[in-house]
Amino acid sequence: MTTLSPGRGIPPAVAASRGGPRLERGSWWIYLLLVIGLILLVGPFLWMLLGSFKTTGELRSVPPTWIPENPTLANYEDLFSRLNFLGYFFNSTVVAAAVTAGNVIFCSMLGYALTKLSFPGKRILFAVVLGTLMVPGIVTFMPLFVLVANMGLTNTHAGLILPFLAGAFGVFLMRQFIGGIPDELLDAARVDGAGEHFIFWRIVMPLCGPAIATLTILTFLGSWNSFLWPLVVATSDSMYTLPVAIALFATGQQETNIALLMAGSVIVILPVLIVFILLQRHFTQGIAMTGFK
Amino acid sequence: MTGRTDALGAGSPAPRAGGSRSRDALIGWSFAAPFVILFLVFMAGPILVALVTSFTDLRVTDIRNPLAIEFIGIENYLAVLGDERFQKAAANTAVFVLVGVPLTMVLGLAAAVGVNQGFARLRTVFRVGFYLPVVTSIVAIAVVWRLLLGTDVGLINATLSITGIDGPGWLSDERYALWSIIAMAAWRNLGFLMVIFLAGLQTIPRDLYEAAEMDGANRWQRFRGITVPLLRPTLLFAAVITGIGYVQFFEEVFVMTQGGPLNSTLSLALYAYRQFSFGNYGHTAATAFVLFVAIAALTFAQFRAFRSET
Repeated sequence: MTTLSPGRGIPPAVAASRGGPRLERGSWWIYLLLVIGLILLVGPFLWMLLGSFKTTGELRSVPPTWIPENPTLANYEDLFSRLNFLGYFFNSTVVAAAVTAGNVIFCSMLGYALTKLSFPGKRILFAVVLGTLMVPGIVTFMPLFVLVANMGLTNTHAGLILPFLAGAFGVFLMRQFIGGIPDELLDAARVDGAGEHFIFWRIVMPLCGPAIATLTILTFLGSWNSFLWPLVVATSDSMYTLPVAIALFATGQQETNIALLMAGSVIVILPVLIVFILLQRHFTQGIAMTGFK
Repeated sequence: MTGRTDALGAGSPAPRAGGSRSRDALIGWSFAAPFVILFLVFMAGPILVALVTSFTDLRVTDIRNPLAIEFIGIENYLAVLGDERFQKAAANTAVFVLVGVPLTMVLGLAAAVGVNQGFARLRTVFRVGFYLPVVTSIVAIAVVWRLLLGTDVGLINATLSITGIDGPGWLSDERYALWSIIAMAAWRNLGFLMVIFLAGLQTIPRDLYEAAEMDGANRWQRFRGITVPLLRPTLLFAAVITGIGYVQFFEEVFVMTQGGPLNSTLSLALYAYRQFSFGNYGHTAATAFVLFVAIAALTFAQFRAFRSET
């Protein structure tokens, strides 16, 4: 299980040989296959982006067109004028930000306790938390819904946020990383009389930048894209998140308005795409480090 | 891994002057408490409630009236297992896993090996491009895929019709719907596996390939003789992760087909969700635990299969 060791993003053996093997003669066909693959994977997104500037009439025309004949911004204007898209955007952002902050703080605190402190029940606590990673989401779905309904939190931000504030994955990630911080550093602070909370907030957390970056990106993304829970818990237009709004339009009154759906989808993807391109190193390192998305 | 845990866990805190065991416990739990409270309320608790519920006749109408709930033993499990739609869902899920996992892994591995061949400058472009579907909301993906796979105005069938082929109803024909969904899932997830495989490939020393090349091994022989055996732990890991994800497959069918046509894309997770929306909470919980057992069994089987090969 070497996959689980910390800092495996770029193993030392590799750093020297980054760039991989030389390009051999006669490998043009690999290049060709990769480009075809890239077109197949990115093509649909490009079509969506171009489609968001078309009219529904043009989108339904046979044969389909690639380049918009009469480019229009009407779809985007409709999203914000006729529909409450700014509200959905706000809800998605608030929920994702709160869930991310909760995971970063609570998972780091537990990660610190699990690696740098000794207290009774530590081993079993970690085993139980890790064990829940194998439990399918559908198991807790129904009890969570009953719980949130009985707490009167249906159709509130709290109902969308609370169940996801503390995830097992974050503990796994932060524990790996904090475990790699040398004990000598912390002992030196202890000798100077620093308390554990001071050490955690002032010494450990500032050292956890890369792990926090990874956890932030992955948690924010997961929450931003999460769909089933908000669909069930958010029952009124004022509480919808972006994916819920689009899913409901796609099956509701706007079903036939594909151009509007495409523009809405672009709005959902755009922030993710920007963050991803800027921070893709953290994405891929996090995955290489832990094997989870 | 246990060895590591021990090494990291035990003996790390420095002995403090005057630090007593109860003080250590207090400090330790003060760090653990916020997570543990949330975890108990929103994770461990619900799992236990689901387990208990799977042996009761709980329905949506009973949730504010616990006295109306009765224990009915394994009746939910029997009812669910005997339901034709459950059996159909189990068969569909099995096909999805048995075809989808190898398909996604082969595509992900091919992409990783290809990208690793030495296009250093273009590697970022490929990585972002191949990974884009992984980070995209399933809802947005569904919007565009429904249009791609549409029977009459779909992009794929429109392209086929240029060459004179009459494309089928990819999502509306029960003979094709599940395969279309499998293809879409592979399309969506192969970038994720590519990143895992790329990390694994980078740990293989380049000298090995150079030595093999000097000995006259061709590309395929080098792949079979060096890449596959050295990548075995990563392959196992990827198979387990993908398997766990695919056994629960839900989102794709929920947004694309709602399980139709004629239940040809109904999955176990979607079956459980339907029981939930019908208010049959006992059936929901029983189905969810059947799914849990399936995941545990699959994970175990994959570990066995990979080990026995070596």
